Amino acid sequence: MLAWTIYISFLGVLVLMLLPKGNAALARKVALTTALVGLGIAIAGLVQYKSAIAVPGAEKIVSVTDVDWVPSLGIKYHLAADGVSITLVLLTGLAAVAGILFSWNIEHRAKEFFAFYLALIGGVYGVFLSFDLFLLFVFYEIAIVPKYFIIAIWGSTRREYGAMKLALYSFIGSAMVLVGLIAAYVVSGAHSFDVTELAKYPFTPHFQFWAFPLVFVGFAILAGMWPFHTWAPTGHVAAPTAASMLLAGVVMKLGAYGCLRVAMTLFPEGLVAWRNCFAILAIIGIIYGAMVALVQKDFKFVIGYSSVSHMGFVLLGLMTLNAIGLSGAVLQMFSHGIIAGLLFAVVGRMVYDRTHTRDLDELQGMGLSKVMPFAAATFVIAGMASMGLPGFSGFAAEFQVLIGAWQAFPALAILTGIGILVGVAYTLRVLQKAFYGDGEAEAGSENQHEHEPMPPISVPERLGAVMLIAISLLIGLFPRLLLDVIIPSFDSPLFDWLRRTR
Amino acid sequence: MNYLDLFKLAVPEMVIVVTALVVLAVDVVTLRDLELRFRFIVAGMIACVGCVGATAWMLISHPSANLFGGMFVIDPTTQIVKIALLALTIFTILLSMDSDFTDHVGEYLALILLGAVGMMFLVSAEDIVMIFIALELTSLSLYILTAFNKRDIKSAEASLKYFLFGGMSAAFTLFGLSFIYGLSGTTNLPAIAAAMAGKGLDPLLVVAIVMVVIGFGFKIAAVPFHLWAPDAYQGAPTPSAAFIASGSKVASFFIFAKIMAVGFAGKEIEGSGAWHDYAAGWVPVVAIVAALSMVLGNLVAIVQTSVRRLIAYSAIAHAGYMLIAVLAHNRQSLVSLIYYAVTYGLTTVGAFGVVAVVERGTGGEKLSDFAGLSRRAPLVSFCMLIFMLSLAGIPPLAGFFGKFYVFSAAVNAGAPNLGLLWLVILAVAMSAVSLYYYLQVLKQIYVKDAADPAPLKTTVLTRVVLVLLAALVILFGCAPNLLLRWF
Amino acid sequence: MSSLPLITILTFVPFCGALVLACGRSDQQVLTRRFALATSFISLAIALVMWKAFDAGATGFQFEERHAWIPALGVEYRVGIDGLGLLMVLLAAIVVPMAILASWRNEDRPHFYFSMVLFLQSGLFGTFTALNFIHWFLFWELSLIPAFFLVRLWGGPQRAAAATQFFVYTMVGSIALLLAFLAIFLATKEGANPGIFDFTKLAELGRNNAIFGHASAGAATAKVIFLAALLGFAVKVPLMPFHTWLPSTYTEAPSGTTMLLTGVMSKMGVYGFLRILLPIFPYQMQALRTPLLVLAVITIVFSASAAFAQKDLKRIFAYSSINHLGYCLLAIFAVATAGAGLATPAAEKSAALSGAFLQMFNHGLTAATLFWFISLIEQRSGGLRGLNDFGGLRKVAPVFCGLMGIALFSSLGLPGLNGFVGEFLIFKGVFPLATCSASLSVIGLLVTAIFILTVLQRVFNGPLNPKWSAFPDLTFGERAILAVPIGLMFVLGVYPQLVLGFINHTVVVMVKQLPF
Repeated sequence: MLAWTIYISFLGVLVLMLLPKGNAALARKVALTTALVGLGIAIAGLVQYKSAIAVPGAEKIVSVTDVDWVPSLGIKYHLAADGVSITLVLLTGLAAVAGILFSWNIEHRAKEFFAFYLALIGGVYGVFLSFDLFLLFVFYEIAIVPKYFIIAIWGSTRREYGAMKLALYSFIGSAMVLVGLIAAYVVSGAHSFDVTELAKYPFTPHFQFWAFPLVFVGFAILAGMWPFHTWAPTGHVAAPTAASMLLAGVVMKLGAYGCLRVAMTLFPEGLVAWRNCFAILAIIGIIYGAMVALVQKDFKFVIGYSSVSHMGFVLLGLMTLNAIGLSGAVLQMFSHGIIAGLLFAVVGRMVYDRTHTRDLDELQGMGLSKVMPFAAATFVIAGMASMGLPGFSGFAAEFQVLIGAWQAFPALAILTGIGILVGVAYTLRVLQKAFYGDGEAEAGSENQHEHEPMPPISVPERLGAVMLIAISLLIGLFPRLLLDVIIPSFDSPLFDWLRRTR
Repeated sequence: MNYLDLFKLAVPEMVIVVTALVVLAVDVVTLRDLELRFRFIVAGMIACVGCVGATAWMLISHPSANLFGGMFVIDPTTQIVKIALLALTIFTILLSMDSDFTDHVGEYLALILLGAVGMMFLVSAEDIVMIFIALELTSLSLYILTAFNKRDIKSAEASLKYFLFGGMSAAFTLFGLSFIYGLSGTTNLPAIAAAMAGKGLDPLLVVAIVMVVIGFGFKIAAVPFHLWAPDAYQGAPTPSAAFIASGSKVASFFIFAKIMAVGFAGKEIEGSGAWHDYAAGWVPVVAIVAALSMVLGNLVAIVQTSVRRLIAYSAIAHAGYMLIAVLAHNRQSLVSLIYYAVTYGLTTVGAFGVVAVVERGTGGEKLSDFAGLSRRAPLVSFCMLIFMLSLAGIPPLAGFFGKFYVFSAAVNAGAPNLGLLWLVILAVAMSAVSLYYYLQVLKQIYVKDAADPAPLKTTVLTRVVLVLLAALVILFGCAPNLLLRWF
Repeated sequence: MSSLPLITILTFVPFCGALVLACGRSDQQVLTRRFALATSFISLAIALVMWKAFDAGATGFQFEERHAWIPALGVEYRVGIDGLGLLMVLLAAIVVPMAILASWRNEDRPHFYFSMVLFLQSGLFGTFTALNFIHWFLFWELSLIPAFFLVRLWGGPQRAAAATQFFVYTMVGSIALLLAFLAIFLATKEGANPGIFDFTKLAELGRNNAIFGHASAGAATAKVIFLAALLGFAVKVPLMPFHTWLPSTYTEAPSGTTMLLTGVMSKMGVYGFLRILLPIFPYQMQALRTPLLVLAVITIVFSASAAFAQKDLKRIFAYSSINHLGYCLLAIFAVATAGAGLATPAAEKSAALSGAFLQMFNHGLTAATLFWFISLIEQRSGGLRGLNDFGGLRKVAPVFCGLMGIALFSSLGLPGLNGFVGEFLIFKGVFPLATCSASLSVIGLLVTAIFILTVLQRVFNGPLNPKWSAFPDLTFGERAILAVPIGLMFVLGVYPQLVLGFINHTVVVMVKQLPF
């Protein structure tokens, strides 16, 4: 049933392409319906999975489809789900719906926008559900092209450059992964691409020593690991709101998921060899991202760099190689997806679409907290969640990562704490400057374009914001809802390496 | 073996020849005074019928023969390749029906068909003399096809360049083949391999190999024998360019692979292009050619402003990728090569079809002429999206699977040392680079706004053909088994 | 009664009230204020009910509620109160209505203001009743946000810097605290069992020094962890030199907020010392006792001296807050010793700790009242509150000066008023346990006396500043309302048994559980 999330999305693309041009309202409704159906399926899948693994001794991997595709090469169309996949599928569903709600005002070439959007969503669903690595790669690449067009056509600052940079970086990353995949496939006898089979194959340590970093870095580029993260701020800023929400919220998680599902599962000895190196890069990402966010002048750049910083937590959690750190990493993927979506929604849709500026000094003079109180309140809550304040999903994730880090690299855990603090600082700074500037405009800034009455926050925006906040709170207060599927999936044979590389 | 048996085995080729003559006759006799488009349609239909007939015959009867010591070989693989060639021919003819660059409809279509015959014989040959004859038949047809647009000086220039280069390389090929005969005493490929086995790498043999590589390198437009390609692609009339880029490539690669794998078989002659153990032979030579093609083709394509030249340089790059399959010289790599070449051919025919549409509508084929195409001709633009992405190697299109298959086969051939991995890494990297210029085309189509937003006129025929080609590209990409199970 | 989840209700009543208010509108001011006040009275009523139902002689936690939350990580929803918890809950329940009444005239977005106040109260109740670290930490952090906004949006001219400094400082401490407890969690992990976050279990382990093992490496680690946790609380109380955020924050905050900050929020720090630091790290505290005592003494003496040097009434009492809480810390640090050479060390320790408890409550009450008076002065003087801005107010507003005088004397520690009892017990306990420190701290008492008398003299006595000849006295309503805290000051001064009655047993148990 979960496979229908993919098919529904592409069906939606088809329907949208056949719609008459110029009817933006219809296009939106079709897109929203498609996304909601996908979300419904995802939630149903989660519930089903929970009851499936509640049976003692049950398989932790639930197979969805398993059909031969190209038998001569051993490629299968194999879709399956475990707890990690399901969590991320749910995230995709939520982010998709929220993104559409926040794109409700797009009029220019609306149906093409939503067509590309749904194609991207379909590709992402596919990645999270694929258990055949060839299939995973196919979906991974499918997701690249719609991103390019969404940013290049509907984006803002330097959109063509940002789009091309994003596309090329992603493609280069996937090229690295392809080489690693082909090598692994051939070395293991060239008869299967199934991840469970390849995971069992004993690759030589020498092979793993270069194959692991190749594949890991290939995926990590998309995950925004320092120093391959430079596409992220540019891309996020150039992208239209919904695309930024998806980019930061879901697409970066594709990279992290790939790191976990492919690189770490297939090459555990390589992982152990390179682990410290990547842990350090993760920490640098956390702190660097936070520090750079602290000095930005453009509101969206702050959020863009904060995404790099938060993804550093995910990567650090992955490198801890213990169950708590890993579950923290997966939960952080989910949590950051929601929170980043919320942050970009406020910056892009609520603020920029109305004030037409993202310059913090200019915003300071606009007294936004009085003009758009809903946006201010949403940003406050989103900021609190982003800071890692307890009660929100970010805390539940980050403290697990911290525990894992303590166990694995105590020194780095302290540095992580510093990263959290800088996070507090930049969030406070941007909050105060953008919303609570108290009209202390910088001298010379144009108060002359006296705030033309700004359109009120529309119903779709409120719905989207409330939905995302509610999810973050729900998971923050009851992380069990997700942890109860994530942690048991570490018992499956796919995570044998976790027990081996203790 | 009497002529009747030979005739029965060569029915497809005969059918095509007869069709060519019929087309010529019909056009000269009855259609001369009618409207150009009508002539094209009628003559084209006749040509297509002939091709379809030949294809049907090949599908129904499955003979297996090896005549005159390899002069004419029929086995399932060659049949498949011939069917693919005919399919490409049909698509080319269909796309040519909208052209208006010449009044000599019958001659044009007859030449296409004769070129196809040449390719079919080329595919069936395992004897170096036959190979050369078929090669020349094909090439001559293609030279004239390139020059067919008498109203444009670029066509003549392109054809002249093509002809001069081609003539030179034919000389090289013949020379090389003659050395091989001298060394081995036979003209049959497997016999040649048997004769030269155990003799090691004779200096004369080295010269022969180099010459053969030069000759075929020209045909497939590999670096450094590629200089004719951009001009030919740009100057030739669209169907001719499509035909050169698709059918000729398929046939040439097939026979090149055959010569190298069958004729030059044997460890000492092959050598090894693996990273750690280099050994002299034809494999490293071809590896270098492949590497150069990929790098040069992709890098120069980045700076092109003419879409035709862009496609030409990308063709050079794709020749590089396909040469990787030739390097591996085993069954799996041959299959991957055929898959790649065929799907590449389909894609290129489609791409040229779109270029023709734009040329007719805006009068030029620069990148800027493609601006805003998605609003002016949405269906055609979508087809171009498919073609460009397939060429870039984006799944789930055929281009991706082709590349993947070729790369896997190449690496697998050297298992478990993964010797050819360096070449695959280079190929993958260059493939990533290629995305840039393919996206440039798509950027113009989808992102930029047109100077003149009026819808572009396209005929139903063109749209049907383009959609069919795009559908095939998607189909073979999503279900490669449809093509692979024939092997 | 015992079947009702009283504590959960107590914590969520203000939370729900705050949510309702947050959705309110700026124009319904009267309704907003009344609603806020009503909610705080409901909380007060519940707190009083709990007081009545509290069994003073029982050991352990009462009104306990326990639910599994994230079993895989050892996190549970566990709340309960003992004497200490009840004391703090009562304090919070009393101070918040006072703060609301003091902010009655606020016209700038009152619904949002009172919503923040109620969120803060909810956070306070949560902090004082939580018994599992993550649960506790959630409320600890959550109380920061309303405080931040209260300062940031309604404060004085330097509020932006003050609020940010407050938030960041406290966060630094919180992160250190979090890291420390995560380390403890890891250290207490055994096999398949997740680590321990539960305060009671951790206290047991701490008593037996079993958290980090007995190896010397374990001892060093334990010290580092202790220092990290100490940082978290030291910033909150504050302990010098981590106090630098306090003067500006208290000064810039609107006085109603300062009442909350000084009345209850600062007690969160001391509560942390008592509930968390002392029970879980007794040996580490003993090892570092001397430097800690030194810091406590410095806090007491320097803050008093600094108060003396200030010219702004709010700043004076901000420093005075630091000073008063320094006595609590003095008592806590003094108690962390085996008390060799003393006849009845347990009795001394009980005295010291009882004094600390009482001091918390009394100072909360007194300081809140004082800042209330200062806010009244500000309202009447149009924002002025400098020491030298006034003079001879006694002549024009005798009742005002009388009542404020009582509050001032209570702060000074005059016998008969509540401020005396706590300080007396502290010194009674600390003198035998840490004579040197106690002696030096007396300086603090002296300097406090000096600056308070100075305030009295400059503001109330002396020649009447003609500017204030029209200074209105307290209205009848104000007198009635202020009579309650003033009355309490007298009651507690004369009959401290009211409080000692229910905290005594808790103190005795706490002292008994000290492993030395």
